[in-house]
Amino acid sequence: MPALRYPDTAPESTAASRPNFDFTNNKAGIQAVNPNLTRRRFIKGVIASSVAAASTNAGLRAAGAQDQGSGTVERLVSLNINGRVRRVDVLPQETLAYTLRYKLGLTGTKIGCNRGECGACTVIIDGVTNYSCSTLTQSVRGRAVRTVEGLQAADGTLHPVQQAFVDELGPQCGFCTPGQVMSAVALLEENPRPTREEARQAMSGNICRCGAYDHYLNSVMRASGQSS
Amino acid sequence: MPSYDVMPDVQLYQPAELEDALNLLDEHKNDGWLLGGGQDTYGWLKDRAKNPKALIDVNGISALKGIRPVDGGLEIGAATTLREIIRDPVVNSDYALLAQAAGRVASPQIRNVGTLGGNLVQDARCWYYRRGLACYRAGGNICYADSPEGMNREHALFNASRCVAVSPSDTATALAALDATMVVASVDGTRELPADRFFAGPATHITRMTTLEPGEMLTAVRIPARWAGKRFYFEKVADRDVWDFALVSIAVAMDVDGATIGESRFVCGGVACTPYRLTDVERAVRGKALSDDTGDQAAALASKGARALNYNHFKIPLMENLVRRAIRV
Repeated sequence: MPALRYPDTAPESTAASRPNFDFTNNKAGIQAVNPNLTRRRFIKGVIASSVAAASTNAGLRAAGAQDQGSGTVERLVSLNINGRVRRVDVLPQETLAYTLRYKLGLTGTKIGCNRGECGACTVIIDGVTNYSCSTLTQSVRGRAVRTVEGLQAADGTLHPVQQAFVDELGPQCGFCTPGQVMSAVALLEENPRPTREEARQAMSGNICRCGAYDHYLNSVMRASGQSS
Repeated sequence: MPSYDVMPDVQLYQPAELEDALNLLDEHKNDGWLLGGGQDTYGWLKDRAKNPKALIDVNGISALKGIRPVDGGLEIGAATTLREIIRDPVVNSDYALLAQAAGRVASPQIRNVGTLGGNLVQDARCWYYRRGLACYRAGGNICYADSPEGMNREHALFNASRCVAVSPSDTATALAALDATMVVASVDGTRELPADRFFAGPATHITRMTTLEPGEMLTAVRIPARWAGKRFYFEKVADRDVWDFALVSIAVAMDVDGATIGESRFVCGGVACTPYRLTDVERAVRGKALSDDTGDQAAALASKGARALNYNHFKIPLMENLVRRAIRV
């Protein structure tokens, strides 16, 4: 598999001028784990030593040898994405948006602000919307993740929400659309016939910089079978 | 300082037992960081403005989750999400003040994962501090916000001491009005604190917002039955109705007999480094009729002692109006 690079990754020379951008100074290790902490007691737990190893294709420019640590490293995890089990090598600090886009190739999920302040990265985890830029991939092990890629039927038929977004010309530029669609899907699965105000509230965690909010609301109302 | 989108190198622990989490926290007193919903965490880390070495994710600890009846009141685990609180039938019927406040936090997606504990102990939102500048709160010897050119529209009216940051938590305001207590645990045991001893202003602890010591964790919040089902009022004024923190918020609980106000709690958010209790207002409205006149009288007392900065004078009439609105019929 070819190495995927994070688009914003700057060349090494630039990094040197960033005083705090330091992947090399991880001396903490985990050798000092309390003896009371037997492995068995971490029933669902993971002690993931932070080895941003050069072997990952994450594009994190981790410098070479680091303290491996003596704790259990569970880097290779199984994720349930859109009903399929995907095996993937995940760093402890990796966000779900990052894993989806740069390790699993699911680029339908967009990274807008990367700070939980725009909603472009919204995915559904166990039926609830989450900002995938602000979710650790390690925390979704054993949970069901749905992205915009998982909505359409096997034969390519669009999900009713997607079709309604098309029919109502919901998006303008389209960058926030996958997140808007996921918020709408989560709303309608819980509340199939929302009022326009309820829809407005449910969609309020997704910013649209084109300002197509009313078009999106029209789309949600159409998807719910109510004329907008 | 530039910001970086990539998460830094950090260790992640996901303990399943509270005892294990406390041991880890004790071991990482200086470089550990408790992770709840993480919505206040990742920005700090991505900016490299805080550099913990170990994240201790408490979401797998069932003892920290859920809402249960205790002594006629409620106990809410610190890792309970705001979503669960907003939708809980007992919270809605008896302590609607908390449900309303929790419902105004940030955005739906943040409420879906954000925890009560995380909302209560979140750090100050002063942008000078958030940018990683060496201000008083960060251990330095200057306040950038309270300087001649400082932008301090969001900052404090009361109890500033060198630092002028305000309490950003909506649920803290509501819980202070409900006389809630905070249960704090460490490897040495547990202690229970009322809101006025849990939240700390800059005169007490300038580098933290609470009296939590290193190695301590907020494990639960206990709400007594005292104010169950009473008259409540919550209002938050912010620039946007989503995401933004309160410019001023108010949480009120009051006994009302007929149309006469009895004992009450008036607490404002966004005006001091801690939830700010309006004891003068509480005294003044006691025994008075619930009316616009009472509201006008009380409003005049609300901002007594306020010390406005260059750009936050508007918070004074805002506070007064919120008090007025809480009392009107």
